[in-house]
This record gives sequence, structure tokens and C-alpha cells, in this order.
Amino acid sequence: MGLIATRPNATGLGAMQADFCRWLAEADECAAERLPLADRRGLSVYQNNYRAQLMDCLEASYPQTLTLIGVDAFRSAAAHHVDAVPPHSWTLDEYAEGLPGTLAALFPDQPETADLARLELALSEAFVAPDAPALSLADIPDVAWDTATLRLVPSATFLTLSTNAADIWAALNREEAPPPADHGGDVRALILWRQDFTCCFQLMDAQETALLPRLATSLRFETMCEELVDALGADHGLALAGELLARWSQAGLLRHPDR
Amino acid sequence: MTPPLSPRFGLGLRKPHYHDFLEGDVPVDFVEVISENFMVPGGRPRDVLRRVREKHPVALHGVSMSIGSADGIDRDYLLRLRALADEVEPMLVSDHLCWTRTGGFNSHDLLPLPYTEEALDVVCRNVEQAQDILRRTLVIENPSSYLAFTGAEMSEWEFIAALCQRTGCGLLLDVNNIHVSAVNHGFDAHAYIAGVPLDQVRQIHLAGHTQGRELLIDTHDQPVPDPVWALFGTVMRKLGTDVAVMIERDDNIPPLADLLDELDVARSIARNGSVAWA
Repeated sequence: MGLIATRPNATGLGAMQADFCRWLAEADECAAERLPLADRRGLSVYQNNYRAQLMDCLEASYPQTLTLIGVDAFRSAAAHHVDAVPPHSWTLDEYAEGLPGTLAALFPDQPETADLARLELALSEAFVAPDAPALSLADIPDVAWDTATLRLVPSATFLTLSTNAADIWAALNREEAPPPADHGGDVRALILWRQDFTCCFQLMDAQETALLPRLATSLRFETMCEELVDALGADHGLALAGELLARWSQAGLLRHPDR
Repeated sequence: MTPPLSPRFGLGLRKPHYHDFLEGDVPVDFVEVISENFMVPGGRPRDVLRRVREKHPVALHGVSMSIGSADGIDRDYLLRLRALADEVEPMLVSDHLCWTRTGGFNSHDLLPLPYTEEALDVVCRNVEQAQDILRRTLVIENPSSYLAFTGAEMSEWEFIAALCQRTGCGLLLDVNNIHVSAVNHGFDAHAYIAGVPLDQVRQIHLAGHTQGRELLIDTHDQPVPDPVWALFGTVMRKLGTDVAVMIERDDNIPPLADLLDELDVARSIARNGSVAWA
């Protein structure tokens, strides 16, 4: 089955447009022959434009992945993706979403490649996520914490990696040589978000891994305190609750409860 | 000769010039942005647009409406565009006379239409629906093209004239596109200008192109060349309406000062109604 769905009973303009797209996406010569063209010289111009646009989109969306595996390997993988996956959305941003899956299939022995691409994709999604007022450290004294709920800013997302792709990203971002890939099997749980206009991520410790996903909807601060007190005792539990609130506020992870 | 009524002169907003527009005082009457680049929920793109809008009128110029799709228009896309337009309050909203999508496939390229009665009916129906959803008059840009279809029932300018007459849409006259298509297809650019409804022209694009192996390619990566300036002079001598003129540069983007120099050339030609500047 081809990449371009056939419209039942398409005739005239609709049939021409379906054939044109088969030529673009599949280089289907039969489809090109059916096009009612007075001059065929320009056909290749459109196909070149189509492929170049998608290749440029993928290269621009995954700069660190390109650096990690090299230009030739990346372009080969991107060309494979363009051949296999036609674009569907009106926005090119969505076209980039599928590349990590293609990389996972093409580089099964180098899982850090697809992990790094997933990290880059998540960061680019955070970059344009909805805005919301964040809670700052300075705001904390003005909040009625006995009734306030904790909620993550809308850009916050979670990502689980099976490699040290986060360390690789950080090294490449500093324009340093990446560390050797670690396929040791340790699961790394990350939270990603945007603070002002800068995208951030950090590894979550066990406590954050348990708590932060619950803040994606909302969690009363009082409830969090009670749970930590039950688990750790009053002194340690309340201290940890305060420490987490300060840490998350400083990082811009929490939505302001009153705005 | 009827000189144009107070033409406005602007530039496309491109990333290398964000700082100039945000921190400086750029001498333009308006700024055009690619709509899709800002049809995102939030973050820096929307902040940049908000801040630029505080300083300049903004024109929204789209590339994904696919107004020539036999499948019809994408309602979700148009609702997103309307939300952006409601926030920006643009001086105009434009897209291209082309199609980009069929079925579930989106080419992200501005693909050519056959100039037939069937295609005219499709485009008119889509433009009318888009105008209803956007609650605005749409402005349609003439394309550059590299293919011509057998069975064409009218010229491109006759198609555009009928489209404007039937839907009331405005016209974004891309003078470079006229030149590129005229060379590629061997028609007379002056006949084109004489054939389009100049009273419907709301905006003019000026751009450069590249000589391909056999065809001119609309690359927008070069300064505006002399033949395009000459055609622009012809258009401005004939125009009797207020119009927004801009330099459209999408690749190989030079320093802002270079584009402002080109815009000064456009001002000079518009003022003199000729290419005497050269």
C-alpha cells in the first residue's frame, strides 16, 4: 500500500492532487505520467523542494543528535524517515515528532541516539508550551499554604531514558566531547520545563519521582506535608516539604496558585 | 498617471533581526510574519510577536491554508489562525493561490493549480469558507510556478480576476512571482499586470530568485533584481489604491541595514513611479 491514501471516486482536481502527492512522496512515475502537464521540466523542482523542506526541518529539530552521530549518518537516517513517513499536519513542527522512532529502529545497538532525540523533541515542545505565571521564591510568604494546591507549569513534562543521553546532551550543549554511551539499563527519570524562555531539565530523585507527576494535575500542599510527615516523621517530613517547595519554586516549576 | 495613496513600506520579520526589531527603532511602516511560526501555544515566539506588535502594525502571511485543496479547507487550522489574528489584530491576513494538502498528506510546498473552471469553483468555495471562519477578508498571493497544465481554461491573471470578483478577496501581488512565472512559462508579465484587478491589490511582495538549470526558482535568497524593480515601477504607476509594499527575504538573510536600503529603493520607485533611481 502506498503512503498516500486514495480518495474514493476522486476525479478531476482531486485525482490530480492525489497523483501529484504520490509523485512527491513516493516518486511514483505512473502517478507523474497521469498528471496533465503541458511542460514536465518543473516536476523535479517540486520534489526537490518537498524533500529539502523535510530534511531541513529534521536537521533543525535535532542539532545535538546530528552532532552525536555525524552529518552523514543523520542525513541518511533523515532521508530514510522522509521516504517512510509522509507529513500529515499543517505544521512542520509535528513532522519532527516521528524521528526518534525511526532512529530507534535504525540504531538498535545505540539506544542513546533515540534517547537524545527524544530529549531534544521534549525540549522543543516545552519551548512553545502555554505560558502561565510561575511561583517564585519571593511569592512563597504571600500564599495561603493551608489551602493552596501545587501544580506544575504547563510546559512541564516527564521523560524516562534508558541511557545517559541527558549527560550527552549537556556535554554537547557545552560544545564538549560527549561521555561514552552508557547502556547499563539504569532508568533515568527526567522532568523538563521552561523557565521564562529557557528550557530546562533535571534528573528526579526518588522523592520527586513519586511526587512531581501528581503535580501535573494538582496536589494540596497540606496533603503533601501530611504524607511526608507520615513517611518520615514530623521534623524531617516538614523540613523536606519546605525544601521541596523552595527548590521547585526557585526552578520555576510551579504555577502560581493565585494567578 | 494616478500616484498611489500613501503606500506603506515594511519587511518580513526574520529571526536574525529579532533583536533589531525588539530593541531598536526600525524605520518601517509594518512588519509581516509567517503565521504558522506563531501559531503555537506560548513561549518566546508569541512573546516576540506581542512585543513587535506593540511597535508596528503586523500582517499575517500564511503558507498552510491550502486554499486550492479539492478536499476543502482545514477548519482546525483556520480556527487556530483566527485565534492568532484576534490577538494580533493584523492589518491583513494572506496566503497563497496554491494547494499544499490532499487527504491526510501535507506537502509543505506551494503546489500549482490548473486554471480551470473546476479549480476556480474549489478555490472560491474555500476562500469564502475561510473568510467566514476568519471573519476577515482574505488576501491571496499570486504564486510562482514551475509547471503548466494541459486543459487550462484561462490564464493565471484571468483566474485571479475571477477569484477576486467572486469572493471579494484582496490580492497580494508578488512581483517577483510574476517575473519568475513569466520567464518559466513564456507569458508577458505586462499582460499579467494589465489583467489582474489592481484595485484589489492590498500588498506587494518584492523578492529575488535564482536561475536553476532550466527554470527560474523562487528562492527569496537574493536581492531584488532589476527586472523585478522594473515591473514594480510599472505596477506602482498603475495602482490607485493604498498598498503595503515589502521586501520578502527568507534565506541567505543579510543584515537588516541591507534590507532597509532595498526598501528605500522601493520607496524611491513608488515616489517617482519609475526606475529612474538606477
